[in-house]
Amino acid sequence: MSVLLVAEISGSQIGLDATAKALSAVAPLGPVTLLAAGEGADPAPLAALDGVAKVLHVDGAIYGHQMPETLSDLIVALAPEHTHIAAPATTAAKAVFPRVAALLDVMVITDVTKIESADTFERPIYAGNATQSVTSIDPIKVMTVRTAGFDAAPSAAAAPIDVIDPSAGSDLSQWVEDRVNESDRPELTSAGVVVSGGRGVGSEESFGIINALADTLNAAVGASRAAVDSGYAPNDMQVGQTGKVVAPDLYIACGISGAIQHLAGMKDSKIIVAINSDADAPIFQVADYGLVTDLFDAVPSLTEQLK
Amino acid sequence: MKILVPVKRVIDYNVKVRVKADESSVDLNNVKMSMNPFDEIAVEEALRLKEQGKATEVVVVSIGVKKSEEVLRTALAMGADRAILVEAADDVHTDIEPLAVAKLLAKVVAAEEPGLILAGKQAIDNDMNATGQMLAALLGWGQATSASKLELTDGTARVTREVDGGLQLVDVKMPAIITCDLRLNEPRYASLPNIMKAKRKPLQIISAAEYGVDAAPRLIVNKTVEPPQRAAGEILASVDALVSKLKEVGAV
Ligand SMILES: Cc1cc2nc3c(=O)[nH]c(=O)nc-3n(C[C@H](O)[C@H](O)[C@H](O)COP(=O)(O)OP(=O)(O)OC[C@H]3O[C@@H](n4cnc5c(N)ncnc54)[C@H](O)[C@@H]3O)c2cc1C
Repeated sequence: MSVLLVAEISGSQIGLDATAKALSAVAPLGPVTLLAAGEGADPAPLAALDGVAKVLHVDGAIYGHQMPETLSDLIVALAPEHTHIAAPATTAAKAVFPRVAALLDVMVITDVTKIESADTFERPIYAGNATQSVTSIDPIKVMTVRTAGFDAAPSAAAAPIDVIDPSAGSDLSQWVEDRVNESDRPELTSAGVVVSGGRGVGSEESFGIINALADTLNAAVGASRAAVDSGYAPNDMQVGQTGKVVAPDLYIACGISGAIQHLAGMKDSKIIVAINSDADAPIFQVADYGLVTDLFDAVPSLTEQLK
Repeated sequence: MKILVPVKRVIDYNVKVRVKADESSVDLNNVKMSMNPFDEIAVEEALRLKEQGKATEVVVVSIGVKKSEEVLRTALAMGADRAILVEAADDVHTDIEPLAVAKLLAKVVAAEEPGLILAGKQAIDNDMNATGQMLAALLGWGQATSASKLELTDGTARVTREVDGGLQLVDVKMPAIITCDLRLNEPRYASLPNIMKAKRKPLQIISAAEYGVDAAPRLIVNKTVEPPQRAAGEILASVDALVSKLKEVGAV
């Protein structure tokens, strides 16, 4: 058995944390070859990850934006040497991996939360309301790994790096522009503390009190769909079934009702705190600690006391 | 240009999900079923393109049990012109895998020759987020997933995608497959007269067997269980009490 793990890379930026977590998930399956496809990315930190047998490094402008048509051709070309092809479940991998699977005529297994054996995997369905164990009968297992539940593999000695030639690029789709929200805060999916705001926060301006609490706790900021739809917070902050999945040590939900689609993205947090003026809000059914109160009083006062 | 929109009949997103006692799947007996919310967004987008004169016909297709006719009628009531049902299962608990769905859709595409396929980004039952990408691969078409904005200029679709870091804009050559995210639009409700009118719109039924596609599952379900439930915790009286608690358990 051997695993091809596709590292998370965006341009020259390596997603070390997500890759290291996916690595510790797949390492029990066999020797791991890490594919580092990017533009100007330094593969050394990837080669240093504990459990990597070898890095395949391919560099070129065509890999700068993880365009699915181009990247899937590259992965498919490398597939015959492997029994498993995996990646952290990022938006890029979610676009690429089903394409890879179809080209190999196998079924993709997305958002794997547990690897039970070489062919048996656990994944959430129905917004996390159920967990399913499935056995793949395909010769190659193509899967994305939901990283929230895995610890990052540490850095150790360096594995060898083989440079490979780029495959032909596809012109089916073309990157135009990234509109990235720069932030000095920790990354949402790897932060130890997340402070999230919902519709109850009321406006983009008053989201400032959520940001202030987050900054006091060195936390990432999250949001519900309603908060994003209303323009209080950008889309990359959405937590939930169709947003990001987080499992921090501490999750503070402010003005969020706790719809099942939101819970899908945060119910595996270690400690959940809910601040909501409605005592009947479903969020209190999953919260370890709750404050039934106006968030406009509680949040600033919490910030003040934690400074 | 013809737009093809695949739609799936799934458990309504408001229904509390229960697992069957034999752990074979989620219980779908006697629960409210609806059109997958992401597919509604895809239908809406197709209709808007037609209203803007950028498309001439909107064809909706569903692959599943006979009852999937209901969601096709809903799409027709929203304004789609015609519907195709590919009957591929007798039991609602048979979830036809995205690979098989993509293969069947590829056959429909061969017959219909649409210039654009708009699909939902994921189905809220199996949460796979795969069918659109798989179909794009089988057809050799370009794809753009998680669209929150779509502009068509001749031969190209400019798609704003919701990605981990924010937004990404891409140009995709048509014909293409675009999968729709929540913020692309707000789907319309069908009016009563349109619901009545929809009953007379053409709905063609084809048996999956006619296509000669192997739809046998590649993933064998061992069991389906409910995840461990979190117990409700304590309601605290004040911010002070919360701060002491968080300190006590070492959370801050
Ligand atoms: C297909 C689909 C996918 C979805 N995906 C997601 C997803 O990924 N993530 C997600 O979050 N949602 C998702 N949703 C939406 C979800 O169903 C809910 O609509 C959404 O989570 C509600 O957001 P909210 O809790 O902020 O808003 P609301 O439900 O409106 O709740 C606001 C809360 O704020 C409280 N409040 C108001 N004012 C105050 C105040 N001053 N002080 C304290 N509390 C106050 C209220 O009591 C209320 O409980 C999805 C829905 C669908 C159909």
